[in-house]
Amino acid sequence: MKYIDGFRNPGAADALRDDIASLAEKLPQSGQPGMTDLLGEPASTTGVPACPSEHRDTKVRTTNIMEVCGSHTMAIARYGIRDLLPANVNLISGPGCPVCVTDTGYIDAAIELARRGLLIVTFGDMLNVPGSETSLAAARSEGLDIETSYSPTHALELAREHPDREIVFLAIGFETTVAPTMALLEEARREGIQNLTMLIAFKLVPPALQALMTDPDLHIDAFLCPAHVSAIIGADAYAPFTGEDGVPCVIAGFEPLDILLGLKGVLEQLVNGKACVENQYGRVVRQQGNQKAQDIMARFLKPADVAWRGIGVIPKSGLVLREKYAEFDAEKRHAITIPIGEIDPACRCGDVIKGIAGPFDCPMFGTVCTPSDPVGPCMVSSEGSCAAYYKYSR
Amino acid sequence: MCLAVPMQIKELHPGNKGLCDLDGSLQQVDLALIEDAQVGDFVIIHAGFAIEKLDQAEADARLELFEELAMHRKEALA
Ligand code: SF4
Repeated sequence: MKYIDGFRNPGAADALRDDIASLAEKLPQSGQPGMTDLLGEPASTTGVPACPSEHRDTKVRTTNIMEVCGSHTMAIARYGIRDLLPANVNLISGPGCPVCVTDTGYIDAAIELARRGLLIVTFGDMLNVPGSETSLAAARSEGLDIETSYSPTHALELAREHPDREIVFLAIGFETTVAPTMALLEEARREGIQNLTMLIAFKLVPPALQALMTDPDLHIDAFLCPAHVSAIIGADAYAPFTGEDGVPCVIAGFEPLDILLGLKGVLEQLVNGKACVENQYGRVVRQQGNQKAQDIMARFLKPADVAWRGIGVIPKSGLVLREKYAEFDAEKRHAITIPIGEIDPACRCGDVIKGIAGPFDCPMFGTVCTPSDPVGPCMVSSEGSCAAYYKYSR
Repeated sequence: MCLAVPMQIKELHPGNKGLCDLDGSLQQVDLALIEDAQVGDFVIIHAGFAIEKLDQAEADARLELFEELAMHRKEALA
């Protein structure tokens, strides 16, 4: 396929792997206070290498690169990219799967609206996310009206076809999904559609990065920044996370060579003691992002403090509809509030999302919790870390 | 839900709509979020909307770089 196959050239992957390996040898070898290694044990704080060179592969100071976006997590698992990396380079999966960070309370509210006889339209990935009691899939098999769609457009089509029904679109997602959903809302407004509302749980990437960077439990040395979120917000959006107190931020596409080149860029910066924004996905991401998309988001939405499943409330990390557009707001029009939900305390999704634990650290992984019978949202979404590991790394 | 792929615009329709080619199959897409869409442009489609144009010169340069990397490595090993 044009502009896909060429980014999967195996010879180039080998060349990049070699470059990454030689850069990794130049990375700082000794532990810094508070840094942890791959196994979560404290690394040496003495400034000398933590152990003799023959044990290097488990004890050297590990460089933690967080891939923020679920599509990166998926591609890294699918193409076995972890296996191509030297032992001192650790990839941790960030919170960038919108389904995985959707709070249980949101699912409960959606099911409640369906129970009231409204027609719910949702991305298919949401169906199996457990609410506090049940899932949308289970609610659907009870006979409630829940339809899936890969595009919000379907919600508008249903609203046109069934003027007698109230349609609720489950509007979740990051910037990449927010902009299309708002373009759709504009179209609905123009047409004078009266029977379409949105149950909104939009999330923003930069405030999440801010929270992760300042979390004392985490030691992130660099971010591999999302491809398509960046197409909307632009490369400049990462500038606040770089510089003197910051870390390298490299924007990479989702093809395997894009990811390898992105990681090479990260290591080059770390070796050279730099921390700047590098846009390795220039074929799609512009410095300022997509202005038209940003404008439409700003017109309809305003920032709000929102809850991330497993992380908690992050200030100004979400978007809600402005008062002016309350008629499209499912919470207002159908008088429902999205409660902050509780999760199964044994599910480690929260730690997985923050990169503190990996899926293998969860005792339920692959036994109690599987994609066909998931406990946590990280196993539900195909972009979730647990699902990606289940599919490709067991 | 987040899969986004490059597709080529084949037809422009009124109301910022269009048809895009994805590996031989035509898909309805919404072009409201991009400026000045033209037939022949490659665009990134996410959730049924074009979210940005793909800069073909930039993409081609990247592909060339990868070709070269692969070639050099082959030569070095030979
Ligand atoms: S394996 Fe299942 S229960 Fe464990 S962290 Fe992942 S989603 Fe949660």
